Amino acid sequence: MSQDGVNKGRRTLLLGVTSGLGAVGAGFVAVPFVGSWNPSEKAKAAGAPAKVDISKLEPGAILIAEWRGKPVYIVRRSEETLANLPSLAGRLKDPENSNKAQQPAYADNVNRSRKPEILVLLGVCTHLGCAPKYFAEVKPEPFDAQWQGGWFCPCHGSRFDLSGRVFVGSPAAANLEVPPYSFESENVLVVGVDEEHA
Amino acid sequence: MKKIFALIAIALLPGMALANESDVHLDEHRTDLHDTASLQRGAQTFMNYCMGCHSMEHIRFNRIAKDLEIPEKLMMDNLVFDTDKKFGALATIGMRKEDSKKWFGATPPDLTLVARVRRPDWLYTYLRSFYADPSRPWGVNNVVFKDVGMPHVLAGLQGVQAMGTAQVAVGFDTLTGREITEEHEHALYLEKAGSLTPEQYDRVVFDLVNFMTYAAEPMAVERQSLGWWVLGFLAIFFVPVYLLNKEFWKDLK
Amino acid sequence: MSTKQSNGFMGWIDDRLPVTQTYEKHMSKYYAPKNFNFWYFFGVLSMLMLVNQILSGIWLTMNFVPSQEAAFASVEYIMRDVPYGWIIRYMHSTGATFFFIAVYLHMMRALMYGSYQKPRELIWLFGMFIYLALMAEAFMGYVLPWGQMSYWGAQVIISLFSVLPYGNELTEWIRGDFLISGATLNRFFALHVVAVPLVIVMLVVLHLLALHEVGSNNPDGVDIKKLKDENGKPLDGVPFHPYYTVHDMVGIVVFLMVFCTVMFFFPEGGGFMLEYANFEPANGLKTPAHIAPVWYFGCFYAILRAVPDKVFGVIGMAGAIAVLFVLPWLDRSPVRSWRYKGWISKIFIIVFAFDFVLLTWLGTQPATEKLTLVAQVASVIYFAFFLLMPFYTRMEKTKPVPERVTGGH
Repeated sequence: MSQDGVNKGRRTLLLGVTSGLGAVGAGFVAVPFVGSWNPSEKAKAAGAPAKVDISKLEPGAILIAEWRGKPVYIVRRSEETLANLPSLAGRLKDPENSNKAQQPAYADNVNRSRKPEILVLLGVCTHLGCAPKYFAEVKPEPFDAQWQGGWFCPCHGSRFDLSGRVFVGSPAAANLEVPPYSFESENVLVVGVDEEHA
Repeated sequence: MKKIFALIAIALLPGMALANESDVHLDEHRTDLHDTASLQRGAQTFMNYCMGCHSMEHIRFNRIAKDLEIPEKLMMDNLVFDTDKKFGALATIGMRKEDSKKWFGATPPDLTLVARVRRPDWLYTYLRSFYADPSRPWGVNNVVFKDVGMPHVLAGLQGVQAMGTAQVAVGFDTLTGREITEEHEHALYLEKAGSLTPEQYDRVVFDLVNFMTYAAEPMAVERQSLGWWVLGFLAIFFVPVYLLNKEFWKDLK
Repeated sequence: MSTKQSNGFMGWIDDRLPVTQTYEKHMSKYYAPKNFNFWYFFGVLSMLMLVNQILSGIWLTMNFVPSQEAAFASVEYIMRDVPYGWIIRYMHSTGATFFFIAVYLHMMRALMYGSYQKPRELIWLFGMFIYLALMAEAFMGYVLPWGQMSYWGAQVIISLFSVLPYGNELTEWIRGDFLISGATLNRFFALHVVAVPLVIVMLVVLHLLALHEVGSNNPDGVDIKKLKDENGKPLDGVPFHPYYTVHDMVGIVVFLMVFCTVMFFFPEGGGFMLEYANFEPANGLKTPAHIAPVWYFGCFYAILRAVPDKVFGVIGMAGAIAVLFVLPWLDRSPVRSWRYKGWISKIFIIVFAFDFVLLTWLGTQPATEKLTLVAQVASVIYFAFFLLMPFYTRMEKTKPVPERVTGGH
């Protein structure tokens, strides 16, 4: 075994090329293993847009639908509620919807909705993912003496108003997310589709 | 003279009753999974004629639409007859297994994988080998699936075949190019014509079997094309690996 | 954390865990004979397939549902709905076949070059236990997709135990039911994904430790440790790393090309790897026309069927496997490699190889009268090879073994 006359440069080059290609190959092999953790066709089918009939939804009442396995809160707000929303701005963390990821462009307004009275929210607390509880009545609550109606998260006490905006003093940092939705007709709401139906 | 179409020559052992399924000559199905038009026609035939009784419970409508390049609206309006079905739903059927068992004596099997179980040649021959047999409940029997419990659903297209003595094409005369026929005792011939000519009917069945072969392994085309890339990469990888080995073993010369 | 100083990071580790020492013992200072040939690829290739099976297997369990009602559909779910699921499933099903190909060729190598002889009897024994565990693993794995062949194959194989004393009670206990059922499926799943792989991995470690204790054999059967240089390194040995690591890479890439050709273009292996009948869900009321084992069990299944008696058939089949275990004590030849054995041994080894392939093929075919006769003759040859070995290896005239290895690089 003699190492005399070994072409060091050639050896290093070959080692480099082999290691490089080997790493690329390992990367290719990893693709199916990593990729297979993405939602399957079954999950996607189950997560297809959900149609919700809101004809029987009374003002102030909540309807909980399911989309992609998550609760979707649909509330028909009264005129007074809507009129009251701007006055809460001082107590909110993000009254101007500056966090654009939390709502589609068409819901980037003070009501955070397409139609002023119909509010659609994902019932997933932006703190750690619990489902906030709906407290509709305007009355002092143990968690907030000036409660104007909205959601209170039982896990860590985050509070949201009737537009899903988070109050100052909550552990949650962002407003509740508005999912993509549209109206198929006056009373049929489709959660999961942005475009208006023809 | 009565016109007789002899369609299939059967290499039968003496006596029908003893004939083993595997002894029946099967016509070749030249499966072509790249022929999208054929697959689309096959899907249409399947949904129209087969899905009344047979499900394809492992495949989704949107998968078929995507692979066969059928637009969603066209698919849902013309091919999916169950209006409750969503685009992403599995191609199941409404018929309950207990009911169909009562009606047919056996539950019509799910057909998603039938092309992998029976193979395309068998399906292609089977669907063209029904013949009138008054002793059977549905009035038909089948050459490759003796005493099958299924009616001849495509009879309206094919017509009705009978089994008996007929002239069967066995080949071509090498000199004249004329067809050589032979009288055969157990041959199928068309007794009553259907809405299609025998050639058209063969085409319909070809497309149908093509579609069923696709449905049995929908990723087959993708699998093969990916295979070429993988082999190509390995071939390139082989070069430095081979040279590296040579380089190191030079030490031992 | 610097690794530059000798007593730096690695030094700190080495004081607590012998990493460098282990690396040197098994890689950079493990001296392997320099004349390894083609046949010496199949050890590392078996390892590669083991890794492939474990990785793809773990990923399959993420979506497989081990229940009578859902198992079959969950496999099709993996094949169709899970992103890249079909690649992982075909890796696993093709991997099973290539694992056995590699293992059989690895065993053939040992047979040709006498790698089981003293002092390597333990290596051979560990290897045989791996093979046994692998057969159990493959059998139980084939039950999981819950197709017709899964069901009826399990029915046939489990019924083999009925020839033992208290056979009916025993088979019932194995099945956990009066017939193959969800209970059987669930326990096979547990064994297939946890218990048997653990056993196999531990046996592989023992197999390698035993090998590295005595050193590798070679095509000449020469003991390379006899002649050493002034530093105590075997004259005919080369450090495993880098010489055999780069060498094995060549074999791995070529093997992967064959593997991928089958996996991407012939995943059913013409019905020998994924049997056509297994694409039909298990049905306890309807036996498929022709029950055949997957190809890698063909040899033993052919021997089972060749004996026209249930009890003796099972004994014959078990004996065909058991006789492999005692191989180190059947070979009485003074030389290891067939290169220096007499002509009887050479012919017998070649005949045995063809005989094994023939039996494997016969096991997958329907048992006609003619083929049964062929299987009977082939079974006799199978046993003759082993049972006559103590006699012909002692009687025959051997050639002198050289001091140094021949050929190689």
